[in-house]
Amino acid sequence: MDNVLLEIKDLSKVYESKGVNVKALSNINLTVKKGETIGIVGESGCGKTTLGRCVVRGIDATSGEVLFHTDEGVIDFLKIKGAQMRRYRKDIQMIFQDPYASLDPRMTVFDIISEPLRYNTKMSNREIEQAVDRITDQVGLNKAYLRRYPHAFSGGQRQRIGIARSLILQPKLIVCDEAVSALDVSIQAQIINLLEDLQREYDLTYLFISHALSVVRHISNRVLVMYLGRMVELGETEDLFRNPLHPYTKALLSAVPQPDPDVTIDRIVLEGEVPNPANPPSGCPFHPRCAYATDQCRKEMPPLKEYDGRLVACWNIK
Amino acid sequence: MGLFKSKNNTHSDEKKSDKYYYASQWGLMARKFRKHKLAMGSTFVLVIFYLTAIFGNFIAPQGTEQYDGKFVNCKPTPVHYFHEGKFVGPFVYGMKTERDPVTFMAQHVEDREKICRIKFFTQGDPGGEYKWLGLFPSNLHLFEAEDGGKIFLFGTDNMGRDLFSRVILGSQISLFIPVVGMLLTVVLGLAIGSLAGYFGGWIDTVIQRLIEVVRSFPQVPLWMALSAAIPKTMKPAQVFMLMTIILSLVSWPGLARVVRSKFISVKKEDFIMAARISGAPGSKLITRHMIPSFLSYIIVDMTMSIPSLIIGETTLSFLGLGLRSPATSWGVLLQETNKLETIMFYNWKLIPMIFVFLSVLAFNFMGDGLRDAADPYK
Ligand SMILES: Nc1ncnc2c1ncn2[C@@H]1O[C@H](COP(=O)(O)OP(=O)(O)O)[C@@H](O)[C@H]1O
Ligand SMILES: [Mg+2]
Repeated sequence: MDNVLLEIKDLSKVYESKGVNVKALSNINLTVKKGETIGIVGESGCGKTTLGRCVVRGIDATSGEVLFHTDEGVIDFLKIKGAQMRRYRKDIQMIFQDPYASLDPRMTVFDIISEPLRYNTKMSNREIEQAVDRITDQVGLNKAYLRRYPHAFSGGQRQRIGIARSLILQPKLIVCDEAVSALDVSIQAQIINLLEDLQREYDLTYLFISHALSVVRHISNRVLVMYLGRMVELGETEDLFRNPLHPYTKALLSAVPQPDPDVTIDRIVLEGEVPNPANPPSGCPFHPRCAYATDQCRKEMPPLKEYDGRLVACWNIK
Repeated sequence: MGLFKSKNNTHSDEKKSDKYYYASQWGLMARKFRKHKLAMGSTFVLVIFYLTAIFGNFIAPQGTEQYDGKFVNCKPTPVHYFHEGKFVGPFVYGMKTERDPVTFMAQHVEDREKICRIKFFTQGDPGGEYKWLGLFPSNLHLFEAEDGGKIFLFGTDNMGRDLFSRVILGSQISLFIPVVGMLLTVVLGLAIGSLAGYFGGWIDTVIQRLIEVVRSFPQVPLWMALSAAIPKTMKPAQVFMLMTIILSLVSWPGLARVVRSKFISVKKEDFIMAARISGAPGSKLITRHMIPSFLSYIIVDMTMSIPSLIIGETTLSFLGLGLRSPATSWGVLLQETNKLETIMFYNWKLIPMIFVFLSVLAFNFMGDGLRDAADPYK
């Protein structure tokens, strides 16, 4: 257990808006090891962003724990406050999906990147300048542009600014919420390479949220498949991509072209809409769209069970 | 990594100038605002108006308490440059009194025999002394006619007071009450709106109800009721203070609502969450990120609220509920026009209305320009 960084336990989130309760996240359990990348996939609206934001405390989870393994023992990151919060806040950071909305347009790039240092360290202006210089170099930004404002930059460059900001505190875990989805394909590859380089250099751990399966397959060690706020399947990336067990994972993967001609998975077309999370179906949330649904599926929620080192929530896997 | 660098730099749009990249929000706003011709023109007009008001005692030939019983209800004096085809420079003719052969009313007409040149930067008559900005005693005036000549550029009123002087001195009150009232409005609106928007919950509910209650009163009767409560014996300066307070007490809810909704919408922005995740304490979040993000809209709203304050002051004074003579404001001046004979015989007395109209219009156009410039990132 020594190399565990984070344990997400029974994490749930209910949004209340205008009297309607949306259960966006139900009982997520996930153990994250140091230095690994966990890909989190699922259709839009399945709660990926909510999960990421709850873990970094961008929003408050409704219940559950995020146990963070520090040198001083295990702390619940969702409960700490005061001095402890100031101490560990920097360890869990986030890269946002929208490189336009996530940078304050009224601040220069230098101020954006250095802002976390001002809140979390007692560095002098000179030290801050050096730190910013170093990180801009590393993320591939031109130092000459530091006094410019975000509107002077393209999406890819802005994302580098966002990466620099999240990295400057030398965090242990970074939640990348669709960090490349808004970018052109060629730029996506550059940013992915950058994230991999940085991971090697700083021994970073990533929660890599994306709906782009090929990217997830490339970067992740393990993959978590989510459906309607629940865990559907969790396993080693290659295992899961070669041999998806859950019908939803199969359907999801069959939508992407297979790079490996030896592997044939059943082509399943995902039909119908994602159910409304405010009014989820009974039993297995996937049953209305599942070709193999039985009576049991319609009535009872399948528990997450282990098969061949894989966690799957499906009644029909024996 | 070097590869990335060179590749990425080509992304910057070559057409746009370097200046644009280094421009802050306010720089970008100024660029956009300057393109709005009507707003620029209006700003120019307003600058002239306010400068005139500030240097009012110098520009106005007469002080507020000066009058000349011999020149009651004079028409505006024409300024001439040529006498019998010869260039003389700016001058006015002397004045003599005649009776109108039809109506038998006394009339002041030009005495073509007497030329009174206009001198500039003169020491005024006794009684024209003033203290500039209330500090520096002086009797310097911009212009005066020589040899006892009279210049009433906008005519005179029924006490023989120069309307031009009164319009200028009146603008000191009519243009500054709204600004002071607006500042009070901003303090109230910003404080109350931020409370509601930032904290939400029951605080928000209570404030929203309060806003609705205040807004559901019809403004003009509310003003009238409050103003009527000002004791008649008060000094003009105190009346001025009270009027600004009254005007802002009525107008803060509009701004508070804007501030509240801006707070609520900006709370959801990604860059606010990003700042919070990087450890920004609540105070920094508000002052460094939230307020700056909608400050420009507040300024637009402030500008747009001034016209109604100008009209408010004018209305109250016109109705005799605000300032009273000898204190002067545009509303006080227009009080004289509430008689039919004024419009029939002395139509120049409506000139103050033109200034009310122009300043209201100019503020509205300037506000339009500011609104277009307020979000330079679109
Ligand atoms: N602030 C919010 N208020 C109410 N419902 C929300 C809010 N944010 C997200 N949701 C709902 O929660 C569910 C999960 O959303 P999200 O986490 O954004 O999914 P994803 O990132 O996988 O697309 C969706 O049904 C969405 O409509
Ligand atoms: Mg999302």
